[in-house]
Amino acid sequence: MQSFRFSAEKLPAEAEETRVAIRAFLDGELEAGRFVPHRTSWTTFDAGFSRRAGAAGFIGLTMPKAYGGHDRSGLVRFVVTEEMLAAGAPCGAHWIADRQSGPQILRHGTEAAKRAILPGICRGECSFGIGMSEPNSGSDLAAVRTRAVRDGDDWVINGSKIWTTNAHQVDYLLALVRTGEPGPDRHGGLTQFIVDMAVPGVTVRPILDLSGHHEFNEVFFTDYRVPDAMRVGAEGAGWDLVTEELAFERSGPDRFLSDYRLLVELIDRIGPDPDRFQAVETGRMVAQLTALLGMSASVARLLDQGIVPGVEAALVKDVGNGFERAVPEIARRLVPVEPSLTAQGDAFREALGGVTLRAPSFTLRGGTREVLRGVIARGLGLR
Amino acid sequence: MSGTGHAADDLGDELAAIILDQVERLLAQHLTPALLAACDGAAGAASWPVGLWTALTESGLPLALVPEAAGGIGLEAATVARLIRRCGRAALPLSLPETIVGAALWASVDGNVNEDAVALVPGGSTVRLVRQGDGFVLDGRVAQVPWGGSVAALLLDAVDAAGVPQLVRIAGPGTICDTHHNLAGEPRDTLDLTGCTVAAEDVRAAPVWATGAGVSSVESVGAWVRAQQMVGALETCLGSALDHAQERQQFGRPLAKFQAIQHMLAEAAGHVAAASAAADLAAACWGDPRFVLATAIAKARCGEAAGHVVAIGHQIHGAMGFTQEHPLHRATRRLWSWRDEFGSDALWQERIGRAVCAGGGAALWPMLVRLRGGAG
Repeated sequence: MQSFRFSAEKLPAEAEETRVAIRAFLDGELEAGRFVPHRTSWTTFDAGFSRRAGAAGFIGLTMPKAYGGHDRSGLVRFVVTEEMLAAGAPCGAHWIADRQSGPQILRHGTEAAKRAILPGICRGECSFGIGMSEPNSGSDLAAVRTRAVRDGDDWVINGSKIWTTNAHQVDYLLALVRTGEPGPDRHGGLTQFIVDMAVPGVTVRPILDLSGHHEFNEVFFTDYRVPDAMRVGAEGAGWDLVTEELAFERSGPDRFLSDYRLLVELIDRIGPDPDRFQAVETGRMVAQLTALLGMSASVARLLDQGIVPGVEAALVKDVGNGFERAVPEIARRLVPVEPSLTAQGDAFREALGGVTLRAPSFTLRGGTREVLRGVIARGLGLR
Repeated sequence: MSGTGHAADDLGDELAAIILDQVERLLAQHLTPALLAACDGAAGAASWPVGLWTALTESGLPLALVPEAAGGIGLEAATVARLIRRCGRAALPLSLPETIVGAALWASVDGNVNEDAVALVPGGSTVRLVRQGDGFVLDGRVAQVPWGGSVAALLLDAVDAAGVPQLVRIAGPGTICDTHHNLAGEPRDTLDLTGCTVAAEDVRAAPVWATGAGVSSVESVGAWVRAQQMVGALETCLGSALDHAQERQQFGRPLAKFQAIQHMLAEAAGHVAAASAAADLAAACWGDPRFVLATAIAKARCGEAAGHVVAIGHQIHGAMGFTQEHPLHRATRRLWSWRDEFGSDALWQERIGRAVCAGGGAALWPMLVRLRGGAG
C-alpha cells in the first residue's frame, strides 16, 4: 500500500509570528471577560468577537487583498484557527464563512458576489450557514430536493434545509439545490447559490438541541428569488463543488479540538500528582491529540499547495471525531463527579456536562462517521 | 531559502532516494520466505543471516545517521526513519535499525563510531559501573536484550558509583546466560555483564537530549526505533488486509464490497495514519530537546495502533491469516512484540500523563506547539 501523504514539516516562520499576535488578541479578550472558555466553542455565535477578530486582521487571512483579505498562506490561517480553538473562543459568527463559504465563493463565485460579500467576511461582519442537509437527505446529498427554477435573471427556490447551524443569526447560507435531473451517477443537476437571509421568502424554525441550546434550525424557502449573479459555480456543478468544499470542512483542527477546554479542565482537576490510571489515560489522549495536530497541519499544507487530499482529510475527521467523542467518556472515569450545566464555579463539571450533551453531534456534523468511512474506503480502493 | 540551499536539499533527497531504493531492492532479493523461516526463533530456528547483513552494510549503512563530520553518511533523521520503516515492513531479522541509531547516539557524545552491529540494552540502570585502574568494569545482568547475543557491540546506560547513568559501549555480549525469543521469534537474550572491562573513552555522560525523567538514553532511542519499525509493520498489515479484502470472494462478491469490511479497514487506516504522523514528529525531533517527549508520543500512539490494526487485520484475513502459511504473522507477531519493547505504550502514556499533569492544564497547549517546532 502507499503511505499516507502526511509530513512533520515545521510550520513556516510567518505562521509562528502570527501565533504571537493571535495569542495577544485572545488574551485581551479573556482579560476583558468577553468569553468564558469552558462554556463556549467554535459554534458559539458572538458577533462582537468576530467583528473584533476581523478588525484585528484574523479573518479572511487567505483571501486576496483586493477583496479585503490578507493574502496569507493557509498555514497562517491554520495557526489562527488552532489558537482560537485551544482558547475556547466563540467563533460561530465567522467560522463557516472563513473556513469554507468565503473560499468557495472566491474560487467559483461571480465577480459581483465576490465584491459584495468577501470584504464583509474579512471584516468579521458577514456570517454564513451551510445549506446542505434536508429533511429527507441528511448524509445523502444526492437526494437533495429543494429546487431552483430559472426565471429571467433570477432563480426561484422552493423547499427546505435542516440542521442549519445558526441560521437564525447568519447573514447568508451557501445552499445546494436541485436545478436539474440527477442522471445515472446521481451526482448531476445540483447547483450552489448564495442565499441572503434578509430577503423575503425564507423563514427559519428553531430546533433545540439536547442541552436546550438553539443552534440548529430548519429553513424554508417559498418562492425565494435569488439573482443569477449569486450562483456559485456552473449550473449542475454543485456535486463537485461541495466535494471540494468538504475537504476544507473536514480536515481542520475543529474536528478534534471541540472539547479541548474539557481536557484542560480535566488536567487541572486531576492536579499535579495523578494516580497511574489518570496518568496513563491523560497521556494516551495527549498522544492521540499530537498525532491529530500533525495530520491536520499536513492536510492544510497540501491544500495550500493546491492538492485536495480527500482521503487524508476524511481520516482527520474520522480519527479526530473519535477522539472528541472519547474525551468526555474518559474524563468521567478519571474524576468521579456528576456532570451539570449549572454547577456554577465548578468549571470541570460544567465542561463535562456541556461536552457530554454536545458530543453526539461531533460524529454527525460535516458528514457522519459512517459516510466518512465510506469516503476513506473509496480512497483505499475498496469501492 | 537561497538557490544553493535548494540544490543541497535536492542532492540530499537524491542520495536518500538512492539509499532507500537500494535497501528496498536488497530486502526484496534476500528476504525469501525460506530465509525468514530460518531466522524465526519461535519455530526453533534463529540465525543471523550473515550474507544479508554484509549486503546491507557494505555501503556504510550502519553510519547512515552519523553526521558526515564524524565519518558517517549524514542522512536526515526523517530519511533514516523511512529506511527503518522499510526494515519493519519487510520483517528484517537483523539489528540494523538498532545499529544505525546506536551509532548516531554514540556519535552524539563524541564516541568513536564503527560499523559493527550494535544491540541497545534496555534496563541498563541495573548494571553498575565500577572504577578499575584507568577504566571501568561492569557488574550486573540484563535480560531481554534484542539481538544481544548476536552483535559485536552493546550500548547501555549503566550507573556509576554516584548513581548517575553513563552511556557505555562495550565490545561483545558478555556472557550469554540464556536466549529467549519475542513472539516474533527474534532473539532476546539474557546477558551477564559482570567483569566486562570498559575503557575510559567508552564511558560518556548520557546525552541530555535523549534522557528524561526516569528514561535512559538507550531506552528512548530504542523506543524511537520500535515506533518507526511499527509504522512499517502496520503498513504491511493494513496493505495485506486491503489486498486480501479485494481478492477474497465470499457470498459471490469480494470482501471489500461489504460495508462492514470497508468500515473496519477505514478504522485501521485511521490508526495507521495517526501512528505514522506521531512517528514523523518523533523523526523530526531526533537529536533535539523535544526528542524524549516526541518519542514517548510516537511509541504510545504506535503501540495503541498496533493492537487495533492487528485485530482488524487478522479478522479480515480469516483463518488463513492465522496460519504460518500466510505471511501476515510476520507483521502481526512483530507488532505484538515491539509495542512492549523499550517501554509499553501504557508506560510511555503514563510518563506523558505525569509530565502533562505536573505542568497543569494551561501548559498543555504551549507544549503541543513547542513539540511541533513552534515558539510555545
